[in-house]
Amino acid sequence: MIFLKRQLPLIITFVMGVAFTLQYYIPHPVSEEAITNVSKWMQIISGFALFLGLASLFHVHAVKIKRQVPGWGYSFALYAAMLGMIVVGFWSHGETRIDGAQTGFGWLYDYTMVPLQGTMFSILAFFIASAAYRAFRARSREASVLLASAVIVMMGRVPLGQFLIPWTWDVTQWLLNVLNSAVRRAILIGVSMGAVALSLKIILGIERSYLGGGRDQ
Amino acid sequence: MNVVAFLCLLFFSGVAVAATPSLAPPEGFRVLDTPNDSGRSLSLVWKASPSDSKNRSIQVWLAESPGAAFKKVAEFPSNTRYVKGGDFPWWAQPAGKGAHYVKLSSSQAFPIEDGKTYAVKLLVREGEQEAWSELAEGRPAPNFFNTAQVNNLMFVLAFTGVLLASIAAARRNPHIRLRRIAGLDAVEEAIGRSTEMGRPILYLTGAGDMSEVPTIAATVILGEVAKKVAHYDTSLKVPHRDPIVMAVCQEIVKEAYVEAGRPDAYREDSNFFITSDQFSYTAAVDGIMLREKPAANFFMGSYFAESLLLTETGASTGAIQIAGTDSDHQLPFFVTTCDYTLIGEELYAASAYLSREPVLVGTLRGQDFGKAFIMSVLVLGTALATVGVVVGTENFNYVLDLFKDFK
Repeated sequence: MIFLKRQLPLIITFVMGVAFTLQYYIPHPVSEEAITNVSKWMQIISGFALFLGLASLFHVHAVKIKRQVPGWGYSFALYAAMLGMIVVGFWSHGETRIDGAQTGFGWLYDYTMVPLQGTMFSILAFFIASAAYRAFRARSREASVLLASAVIVMMGRVPLGQFLIPWTWDVTQWLLNVLNSAVRRAILIGVSMGAVALSLKIILGIERSYLGGGRDQ
Repeated sequence: MNVVAFLCLLFFSGVAVAATPSLAPPEGFRVLDTPNDSGRSLSLVWKASPSDSKNRSIQVWLAESPGAAFKKVAEFPSNTRYVKGGDFPWWAQPAGKGAHYVKLSSSQAFPIEDGKTYAVKLLVREGEQEAWSELAEGRPAPNFFNTAQVNNLMFVLAFTGVLLASIAAARRNPHIRLRRIAGLDAVEEAIGRSTEMGRPILYLTGAGDMSEVPTIAATVILGEVAKKVAHYDTSLKVPHRDPIVMAVCQEIVKEAYVEAGRPDAYREDSNFFITSDQFSYTAAVDGIMLREKPAANFFMGSYFAESLLLTETGASTGAIQIAGTDSDHQLPFFVTTCDYTLIGEELYAASAYLSREPVLVGTLRGQDFGKAFIMSVLVLGTALATVGVVVGTENFNYVLDLFKDFK
């Protein structure tokens, strides 16, 4: 059992890791076909894994309804919405439009899902305002620099700001192209090194906690 | 009189000949299998001419064999399609800089098959004048190794060697000093706070799936956090966007509880799936934050537009918040709304930092060597490129090409 649970996954990780590292350097069609096939396999596995997710979702909310924990009504709403969408989806043959006419499934998607998603996304504007208020309070020297830079960048990016204070455009460009880009690149270099190191650790079996359990078993 | 007329005739005929010189065919015309490709293409190379101009055109004629009918497949001005600096590394250049280079790829109009010999000739046209090049033949074939990326492979192998050497050194001398990372030091504090307040800990693994490195890093950190959570006997909630990540995290958390000696405290439903949809997931997690008021929120992995929606809601509930991401566009939102933020590579260092295992800590030293090397190359490259421009030489490209990424 230890072989199936520990050694076999490590062997598969090593073989596939090395194979697909080398694949990057091989332009031959065989190599391209291999990566395409693996991508398809990943899609198939993800499709089956969705059943795992659904089982988890049904289980968690069924327990909440059964025990009538506080807020169990939300779980009930989730069940009703999900089952309703599935039934309407089957009824509409999984199509949002048939012969140009909107189906019930399409109506539900367009008039419930899309507005709900739009509402969530639009809340972002208010959250940005409240987060900016907290960040820009000039309580320290660094926060003051941040505040001054933010005001200049905001003025430089808004037509009215450029009209009132024309030099903010040039300063904004300099802040974004020089200071901001330099810092972003530094972060990206660090991220890339970290990602390569972690990938190597996983391929070589040095980091194995993602399998569950300790590292040196 | 006749002599004068003869001289005049000779002079004017000479002028006429000088005004309309005959068109020269392209020199050094060659057809080769395109280097470092997946096949089904040919590369044409010929020497540049001082008389190349926009008024002079080049036509490419291709035939399936020297005896077959030729078909025009391309036409362009003769002063275009040169080999430019940066197109190819010096060790994998199909032609010298300044020569003409055209890549013919297979198309519906003229399919090119591997292993078949094709005949190609060029036609130079200017006004009414025409000149054909010599016939050249080439056979396309796919390549098993991209020689333009040999520098990349060398660096990967060298970095692997440095990492392994650093791990070996760390095994011999396990006392390696690590720079303090406030966000990771606060993990214990956050879990302790949750225990004291009797509230759950919320841990998010981000928007990515298991094929993404930040998600793997997030799951690795979850293992370390889960061990401490098991030790303190606190409630852990891990809502997921990806079922495969959920399955992996269930196993990691379970094993963490076993390692902490508390397998009885493990709850199967601590990891649960919500939805793959970005904003539905965000709404659900915001709901959990507002209803259950976790005392500590962890945001590890990669994030997109949902980052601020999650962290601002968490901040409004008064939870201690620790974020770690390599999504540089979301970093300002995390820094603004979270108490601690692991920036970029700190996310990948977290596992080593929390576990203090010499093998993992050794890899951090290897990464530092890598960064030192990159910084040296940046300084050297900037200096050489600048001197090259000032002096007007391209000799430094032999060094600079070594550090470029060629496809």
